[in-house]
Amino acid sequence: MENFTPVSALAGGTLIGASAALFMLLNGRIAGISGILGGLLRPAPGDAGWRVAFLAGLLLAPIAYAAFAGRPPSIEIDNSVPLLIFGGLLVGFGTRLGSGCTSGHGVCGIARLSPRSLAATGIFMTAAITTVFVVRHVLGL
Amino acid sequence: MRPILSAFAAGLLFGLGLVVSQMVNPAKVLAFLDVFGDWDPSLAFVMASAVAVAAFGFRFARFRGAPVLAPRFEIPMRRDLDARLVSGAVLFGAGWGLVGLCPGPALTVLPLGLWLGLWQAWVFVAAMVAGMTLFRFLPTALPTRAPVR
Repeated sequence: MENFTPVSALAGGTLIGASAALFMLLNGRIAGISGILGGLLRPAPGDAGWRVAFLAGLLLAPIAYAAFAGRPPSIEIDNSVPLLIFGGLLVGFGTRLGSGCTSGHGVCGIARLSPRSLAATGIFMTAAITTVFVVRHVLGL
Repeated sequence: MRPILSAFAAGLLFGLGLVVSQMVNPAKVLAFLDVFGDWDPSLAFVMASAVAVAAFGFRFARFRGAPVLAPRFEIPMRRDLDARLVSGAVLFGAGWGLVGLCPGPALTVLPLGLWLGLWQAWVFVAAMVAGMTLFRFLPTALPTRAPVR
């Protein structure tokens, strides 16, 4: 519990929620990142612009943050290349198969009490917690 | 042009939220998922506040009847649980638990990857896009896209 950061967590969550609310209110769409990116792989005519714009905003965010904060956010990734590739394939394929990820199901879906999103979020949280348990406490990696 | 600008603003706001909350840090995410170890519950606060603010905004949007910059809401209306949803969520959760990156944070980390030498983020996103592309080759006997209102 030594790294518990409730204040920045609440502040960041509020920004994410505000983004989802704004996007629904203005564009009428769910701010689901896997759906926005996935739809760009084979876009319908006239459907690519807003997707590219949303993702451009997402990519600009860490740079804007670093400019204001005077330092980049701290990031630690310590997986091997095969594990990064395997994990990436699972996340990409799984989010498309399951029609959403942490943002589309976990934030937007739960906010509108969608039964599919409530189920999906419960399942992917359980799967992720189980995976971490097996990797860290059973395999001891 | 205005829906493009609002999408950009929403993306920027979303990314700032991911950075401020430290969702972009896989070590932080894995500490949250490590319920049976040295658990860091911070990210539960991210989800709770994000859901609360989004729910309030959605309610207001619904009250308005139509979005400001689009003719209608594009919201999935399906309510049934099917094998695709369940197995997709299991696969996604396993990948998330292995690396600690989900699609939003993975993309947001990319510019930092160039700056801080975090090439791992690029490997992960390349594999993620490959996984999404692979999905297109799945037989489409079952509907893949939820009907929208």
